[in-house]
Amino acid sequence: METWAVASICVLLGLTARWTVSLNSYSGASKAPMFGDYEAQRHWQEVTFNLPVRQWYFNTTDNDLKYWGLDYPPLTAFHSLLCAHIANLINPDWIELHKSRGYESPAHKFFMRATVIFADVLIYIPAVVVYCLYLAQGSSKTKSSALLCILLYPGLILIDNGHFQYNSVSLGLALWGVLGLGCGHDLLGSLAFTLALSYKQMELYHALPFFWYLLGKCGKLGLTGKGLILLVKISLTVLVSFALCWLPFLFDPQQTLQVIHRLFPMARGLFEDKVANVWCSLNILVKIKTLLSVDTQIYLSFGTTLLAVLPSSIKLLMKPTFWQFRLALMNSSLAFFLFSFQVHEKSILLLMSVILSAPPFVLLSMLPLLLKDNLFQPYIITSLGFIVFSLYLFSAVDRSSVDDLRLGPCCRLTGTNFLWFSFSTVVKLQFALSVLTMAGLSFMSAALEPPAKLPDLFPVLVSACACVHFLGFLLYFNLVQLTESPRSDKKKIN
Amino acid sequence: GVMAAPRDGTLSWFLALTLGVSLIKFLLIKAYHSTDFEVHRNWLAITHSLPVSKWYFEETSEWTLDYPPFFAWFEYGLSHIAKYFDEEMLVVQNLTYASPATILFQRLSVIFTDLVFVYAVKECCKCVQGGKRPRDILGSPSFVLAVLLLWNFGLLIVDHIHFQYNGFLFGVFLLSVARHFQGRHLEGAFLFAVLLNLKHIYLYIAPAYGIYLLRSFCLIQDNSDGSLKWRNFSFIRLAALGIIVCSVFALSFGPFLALDQLPQVLSRLFPFKRGLCHAYWAPNFWALYNAADKALSVLGIKLKLLDVAKLPKASMTGGLVQEFQHSVLPSVSPLITLICTLISVSPALFSIWHRPCGARGFLRCCVICALGSFLFGWHVHEKAILMAILPLSILAVESKDDAGVFLILATTGHLSLFPLLFTTPEFPIKILLMLLFTLYSFTSLKRLFRPECCLINTVESVYLSGLIPLEIFCELIYPLTSWQQTFPFIPLLLTSVYCAFGIIYSFFRLYGILLRGPRYTTKRKSH
Repeated sequence: METWAVASICVLLGLTARWTVSLNSYSGASKAPMFGDYEAQRHWQEVTFNLPVRQWYFNTTDNDLKYWGLDYPPLTAFHSLLCAHIANLINPDWIELHKSRGYESPAHKFFMRATVIFADVLIYIPAVVVYCLYLAQGSSKTKSSALLCILLYPGLILIDNGHFQYNSVSLGLALWGVLGLGCGHDLLGSLAFTLALSYKQMELYHALPFFWYLLGKCGKLGLTGKGLILLVKISLTVLVSFALCWLPFLFDPQQTLQVIHRLFPMARGLFEDKVANVWCSLNILVKIKTLLSVDTQIYLSFGTTLLAVLPSSIKLLMKPTFWQFRLALMNSSLAFFLFSFQVHEKSILLLMSVILSAPPFVLLSMLPLLLKDNLFQPYIITSLGFIVFSLYLFSAVDRSSVDDLRLGPCCRLTGTNFLWFSFSTVVKLQFALSVLTMAGLSFMSAALEPPAKLPDLFPVLVSACACVHFLGFLLYFNLVQLTESPRSDKKKIN
Repeated sequence: GVMAAPRDGTLSWFLALTLGVSLIKFLLIKAYHSTDFEVHRNWLAITHSLPVSKWYFEETSEWTLDYPPFFAWFEYGLSHIAKYFDEEMLVVQNLTYASPATILFQRLSVIFTDLVFVYAVKECCKCVQGGKRPRDILGSPSFVLAVLLLWNFGLLIVDHIHFQYNGFLFGVFLLSVARHFQGRHLEGAFLFAVLLNLKHIYLYIAPAYGIYLLRSFCLIQDNSDGSLKWRNFSFIRLAALGIIVCSVFALSFGPFLALDQLPQVLSRLFPFKRGLCHAYWAPNFWALYNAADKALSVLGIKLKLLDVAKLPKASMTGGLVQEFQHSVLPSVSPLITLICTLISVSPALFSIWHRPCGARGFLRCCVICALGSFLFGWHVHEKAILMAILPLSILAVESKDDAGVFLILATTGHLSLFPLLFTTPEFPIKILLMLLFTLYSFTSLKRLFRPECCLINTVESVYLSGLIPLEIFCELIYPLTSWQQTFPFIPLLLTSVYCAFGIIYSFFRLYGILLRGPRYTTKRKSH
């Protein structure tokens, strides 16, 4: 069948999965007085529509920051404003100042769900289609399978269309950035990434690789000739787009500071809730959250993050190829996720969008969040579907030879060739083990009651297990990136 | 005899397709369900809580038991599993009881009984001849047929959103068809007898079965010129058929005969008190007839040929009602619809009697019988179009002409099912699933018959493209106008009338193919 037909069918399947998950409950449904993320988005529409721009990020009589105050960069605010204008055309009650708090109705739910899907269709899905059809390597069958698997990735569907968020916008824009860089359109790529960064500050996880890659590329072109011109052009693009997005907030330094303060709440401490992060897992053994002062915590996380990101950054700067760039994205986001300050469970989505082979643990770590939102059924169904289909379409378990895993150079360097024949069994075991653990923990979290003395037992177990896995992946991807030989440049993954 | 092409490779693709559609079915658990949900819950309650003698007399709920006894026993079996989910649903007095556990159980029961359908599809795929390129699994007729049947749009939305057990019933039907293709006629007859006792709507196809079995099964061999050879009439086979059918019916109706309740059961199964058309006019001939009647009366009033006072009340603004009184054209009674139906299907029955084309001819006759009774029957539901679309899929993957008719019939038939799902959250889902199925059926069938040029001609494609603006108008534009309050039935009328043209056209096309003889992609001997 022609590619366009297959791609359309994959897109339609992805959209069907999104709409059917949308039928379910959302975050904070009927849970007065604070509700959840759904109410937060609705509240932002209310605030941006009714109040002048200078009041959006400030605590005023009309804008109570304690009730879901804006804590994303300005592009989110403008997006909410746009949605609010449409909402106003349909039913002004939805965004009436103060009176519409906690507004819930089937029509409103349909409207909100529709805005998420609309953003998906406009930004995220085209990016994925272009990426799979033009940038990925392999036969057309492999490309279509990759497209289907990425579009059916449960994590994004459950968070965006179930729990309720707009991650697809920032992820889509970041993906357009990657695409731009991959096709050689550096300016457009930087523009797209700047927009992504202005939408959600979590995209900082991916910012360093972009910076080092572009810098390295300019360096390779020669810092006195073409390289300098390119550097200037890129810097101008980035600065101008930032300025345009943040324009209303740049006139008054107070405004800018307040926005920054809202985006990076330093007072909150190393972490909140149970997240698959090193600090949270460390906290089980050593109560660092209470032992160290907030300032020390900030410096500690800052330092360790930079340290974790350092090897891959240096390698990328010295060898700015697209393949290295993708690996660096992986490493950077893993490092930031594991060691950074105030990480949320949903940030985990940032890890797995660009590269296909998403491990089951990413899904598992979101489980406590999804259980709170009554999304257990769709979680099971979509996870099952995704795992089964990616296994079927890619026979993932067969791709476990040393060559496929790109550990060849590493083995040569360390002289561990004798492990060669037992390696694939180790990988297969590991994969099977992780799937089994995921199933087991899912079942336990949903069906069993935790013992009274340890009420958070299951979320903590889940987070700790996931954290260990992510540390393993950080090690693996760093090894792959650092030990890449110049000749294997031509081959790319899937 | 007919031939199973040896299939290479494992059945992994079939499993993948089944799993995929099952996952979608699971995701649809939370979707809207219609009053049919309450109907089946009520039947679970009746069969579980009351003795057999009261099943066909129980009237607490308006949804009385109106399916044959085997289905009642099926509900009885389900009710024994239901009690582990929520016992309250089995209390007859709990009208419209719909706790989350009840919904989960009912939805799961549909998904699991669909396994019968999955097995039947597997058997049908074995009967379909392999393509020219055996290595290309995705382009083989078996694969295309599996998708067209397992992922059929109509079945998905009627069974898993609207709520019915058609998957299970069509499974029995398709299994019976597959058995006839494989030459196992007694099993096929047995399955059809069971099917008749599960849902009596399949009586529409009974003539096709009767003629086919008499002609091709009981008459063992024809003359060299193909004409009848009465000497070869096998009474043994006839007796075997008779015994099978009669024992099935005896098992089904026996208890009620013993209880002297047969008239009551029959009156439940065949309630002729309802009107010529359903509340939503199925896109059949009578819909056109009613629409013409309405149009003529409006015209008559405008031209002062008719007196408004003499017209039946509420015929102008009443919209689509069941008891439709015709103002201009003559009224229609159940007897007239029966005669029309018989007239419409008899040429097909004669054709397979005089010129039997084997199992495929029989299947084509089934489709024509189903379509004929859809077009001319009394109080037809729009869901009955599935009875024609599903068997036609089997013919469509083998013959270019059938593929063309299938595309028209399936697209218009599926679009006519849209008014069944009128809730806002389900609107995008039905659009997406419809696009999925239509896109796949067009591209895959076109690819199957690639060397030949297009399957549908210009006029047909214009008609089919007209469905899109029709749908946009009816579902998006019309509700925003002021006429929505005064004439709420206009979108339904328009959809019904527009689709009726497509379905009637397909009916005549199918007749053309039957009488002319189909052209297959590969040469085959007839049975």
